Amino acid sequence: MEKILEVKDLSVSFQTYGGEVQAVRNVNFDLYKGETLAIVGESGSGKSVTTQTIMKLIPMPPGKIKSGQILFEGKDIVPLSDKQMEKVRGKEISMIFQDPMTSLNPTMKIGRQIMEGLIKHQNMSTSSAKERAIEMLRLVGIPMPERRVNQYPHEFSGGMRQRAMIAIALAANPKLLIADEPTTALDVTIQAQILELMKDLQSKMNTSIIFITHDLGVVANVADRVAVMYGGQIVETGTVDEIFYDPRHPYTWGLLASMPSLENDDKSELAAIPGTPPDLTNPPKGDAFAARNPYAMQIDFEEEPPLFQISETHFAKTWLLHPDAPAVEPPDAVKRRMRKLSSTFDKPVLVKGGK
Amino acid sequence: MAKYITRRLIYMVVSLYLIVTATFFLMRLAPGNPFTSEKKLPPEIEAALNEHFGLNDPWYAQYGDYLLRIAQWDFGPSFKYKTRTVNDLISEGFPVSLALGAQAILIALALGLILGIIAALYHNKWQDYGAMIIAVLGISVPSFIMATVLQYFFAIKWGLLPVARWDSFMHTILPSLALAASPMAFIARLTRSSMLEVLANDYIRTAKSKGLSKGVITVKHAIRNALLPVVSYMGPLSAGIITGSFVIERIFGIPGLGSHFVTSISNRDYTVIMGVTVFYSIILLVSILLVDIAYGLIDPRIKIAGGKKGE
Ligand SMILES: Nc1ncnc2c1ncn2[C@@H]1O[C@H](COP(=O)(O)OP(=O)(O)OP(=O)(O)O)[C@@H](O)[C@H]1O
Ligand SMILES: [Mg+2]
Repeated sequence: MEKILEVKDLSVSFQTYGGEVQAVRNVNFDLYKGETLAIVGESGSGKSVTTQTIMKLIPMPPGKIKSGQILFEGKDIVPLSDKQMEKVRGKEISMIFQDPMTSLNPTMKIGRQIMEGLIKHQNMSTSSAKERAIEMLRLVGIPMPERRVNQYPHEFSGGMRQRAMIAIALAANPKLLIADEPTTALDVTIQAQILELMKDLQSKMNTSIIFITHDLGVVANVADRVAVMYGGQIVETGTVDEIFYDPRHPYTWGLLASMPSLENDDKSELAAIPGTPPDLTNPPKGDAFAARNPYAMQIDFEEEPPLFQISETHFAKTWLLHPDAPAVEPPDAVKRRMRKLSSTFDKPVLVKGGK
Repeated sequence: MAKYITRRLIYMVVSLYLIVTATFFLMRLAPGNPFTSEKKLPPEIEAALNEHFGLNDPWYAQYGDYLLRIAQWDFGPSFKYKTRTVNDLISEGFPVSLALGAQAILIALALGLILGIIAALYHNKWQDYGAMIIAVLGISVPSFIMATVLQYFFAIKWGLLPVARWDSFMHTILPSLALAASPMAFIARLTRSSMLEVLANDYIRTAKSKGLSKGVITVKHAIRNALLPVVSYMGPLSAGIITGSFVIERIFGIPGLGSHFVTSISNRDYTVIMGVTVFYSIILLVSILLVDIAYGLIDPRIKIAGGKKGE
């Protein structure tokens, strides 16, 4: 399979009055054609900043790409100017934003907002762009699209606005779609419909998707692979099976243990991860998760853990995988779902030089 | 739309009635009368004058009389200018004030918007600081100083434009500029802050994510949304400006409405005060109505038609 996106050693900071917020710290990941990668992690872990940096949408200043490369189809987009990025945004890469209520322009008709990109990138005439907008609205399941194109966002419900956002994002047939918590603001039935819709569109158009969420339940549904973010870093990546049935990082354990599951409806066991996220202005020495980690060892407070490889596709950044680390038992809720996967190496392998 | 405007017109008549009544009674409360002056009039003559202008009638008769005449658009004679009626004063002065005011508003709006938008687009860069220095000067320098400075340079020193009077278009340039300076500065600041707020909105990021250029985003997405606070400021501003500015009219010797307002107050020229107040109120109410209509046109969430569109 062909890689569409490679993010290498990406660090992003914001200059604020309180100091430099290191929102993203040395992040690495790849994305293949037609694949869906889920990025999970709690609020403030840097999911939005990472993905908005891929489209260079973070406000600069105060934001700054401190280091790293973002290879889209093999070409680094970090050095591109704003003018050059205009040819990438909305054409090659599109984004669905977190909040459908504020992400649409209140004083512009929905149809216009879909047409804009088409007119810009595909040299469409106004009338054919309008036809395409109607077609897109129908595609995302909005009834009476001929009438709806001429309406304003306030005449749409939240779910319909998110569908309209999807229509905007997909209108130009992007190769990569970034969906930043596209369903968090919606109620559960609409959530399911939107997810179904995105999967459907992906199979029709072979789009690659980065799907951001803090709901692991959604992940199992949509993703091929998962990246777990904590404190601006990716602490574990693997296939959905590897993350759900053979997680290695204690933060991933915490996330899984706090997830309500269908097999096990014993709600009393739902454990939220105690403590607060790290201060990214002064990231802690050692492992950022150490302060909240019940399995933390002395070294976690002193030295940043390296990356260990558990299978061809599975990586985790924790000292627990070090040969000298004591064997620990994950929490019961996680242990119960653990399975032996055939692809796992005999022993975790230390990855030299980052990756 | 027609229904909405009819309803608004009815409200306007009610407001006008209240304004007329309030002005009428407030003026009676003030001490003195139109014939009080440094030179004391012989009591017999003052009594005769009062009789002549109906000031001896009981208040309700005067009040009823006045309402009736206003309803017929007759503001009565001036107490001070014996040969002219208030209607004359208004119809002579208003066109001049209107022309001057309209020019000033156009200048203020155009320059203010441009400065404000530039300042916001180049936030915290030299363009921003430059625009805001101009704005602070415009707000803090009083209009009479602005007027004299303009006169000094453009008329006296460089001889480009006439110093004063109101004869040709050339004569209108300096007073319009002087009158426009402070609203221009205010509009610039308002536009800047409103643009900055709009530019930080999520939908601007959405527009950017579509690959639109900075220019297109500014024109198509930002300005329209940033215009609302400016539009609501335009109501009272235009009413204030087109009914004349006492200071500017005095300095440039312009026969507008503004000077009548001020002199009539110190003269206790009841009918002129009343007439000008009512006239000013009408202009104000009309411009507020226009602002509300403009609001509805700019922002689809504000429905002025009521029904018809939407759900
Ligand atoms: N413009 C900005 N200026 C300063 N700090 C910022 C800015 N944008 C983001 N940050 C910081 O970057 C960090 C990561 O934020 P980000 O929005 O990526 O989190 P997230 O993982 O998307 O969280 P959520 O699930 O709440 O959306 C946070 O600490 C946030 O405060
Ligand atoms: Mg986010």
